[in-house]
Amino acid sequence: MEKKKKGKLYYALCGAVIGAVNGLFGSGGGVAAVPALGHAGLTVKESHASSLAVTLPLSAVSMVVYSLGQDFNWSDALPLIPFGLAGALIGGLVLKKISNVWLKRIFGGLLILAGGRMLLT
Amino acid sequence: MLWSYVAAFLTGILASLGVGGGMLLIIYLTVFAGFDQLSAQGINLLYFLPIALLAVILHTKNHLINWKPLVPAILVGIVGAVIGSIIAKFIDKEILRTVFAVFVLIIGVKEILYKKEDEKTPVKHNTAIPPKTYRGKFKHS
Repeated sequence: MEKKKKGKLYYALCGAVIGAVNGLFGSGGGVAAVPALGHAGLTVKESHASSLAVTLPLSAVSMVVYSLGQDFNWSDALPLIPFGLAGALIGGLVLKKISNVWLKRIFGGLLILAGGRMLLT
Repeated sequence: MLWSYVAAFLTGILASLGVGGGMLLIIYLTVFAGFDQLSAQGINLLYFLPIALLAVILHTKNHLINWKPLVPAILVGIVGAVIGSIIAKFIDKEILRTVFAVFVLIIGVKEILYKKEDEKTPVKHNTAIPPKTYRGKFKHS
């Protein structure tokens, strides 16, 4: 069963939902993005990779909005970035190689952790 | 501080897989490093930008991102994010948060229960036409 590729309107709708979630909760747009993009006909790995492509510009906008709203302590985040970049280098290789089943297991596990935490706090 | 670096490294791997690694960093920062939720969100946001940029470049090289169809999603998404963040200041988000949390949990369970794709889709060469390798044999016998 070949999934039908969706058109521009569907992608625009995806964007609206992803943006609204990100704007309302400060994050979490990616959670909505992965299944929505999968629905659009992308493969599992493409959905995960493309969710980043969509949430990156959105986060850049959020960053601007956030830093306008309050004092932002840059020095807390900066030392973490080199370590994160090292992780991203590995992640780039891993996404190419990992099986869809494991990718989904990791994603599902983290979602349950996140959802549970949201309910409890 | 050492643990922050470990958390940042592991989060970098997960974030670049597009599995919501940022949220893991927020949990680390609030539960173990003593930041409040809003500061943690801010730190995560700034942290996420260069990591996601590197990941997106790598994934594009690996042909996992086709940018063209994503353009409308990004453009509408930016508008949605701005509107969402304005609305967020005026409404009580408690109910919305609970609904979203339940939604996230449901997706999480669905993802974990996912079976291999080739078990779901019908196997094509299982039908009337025998695989090529057999055809020659039938002719000769």
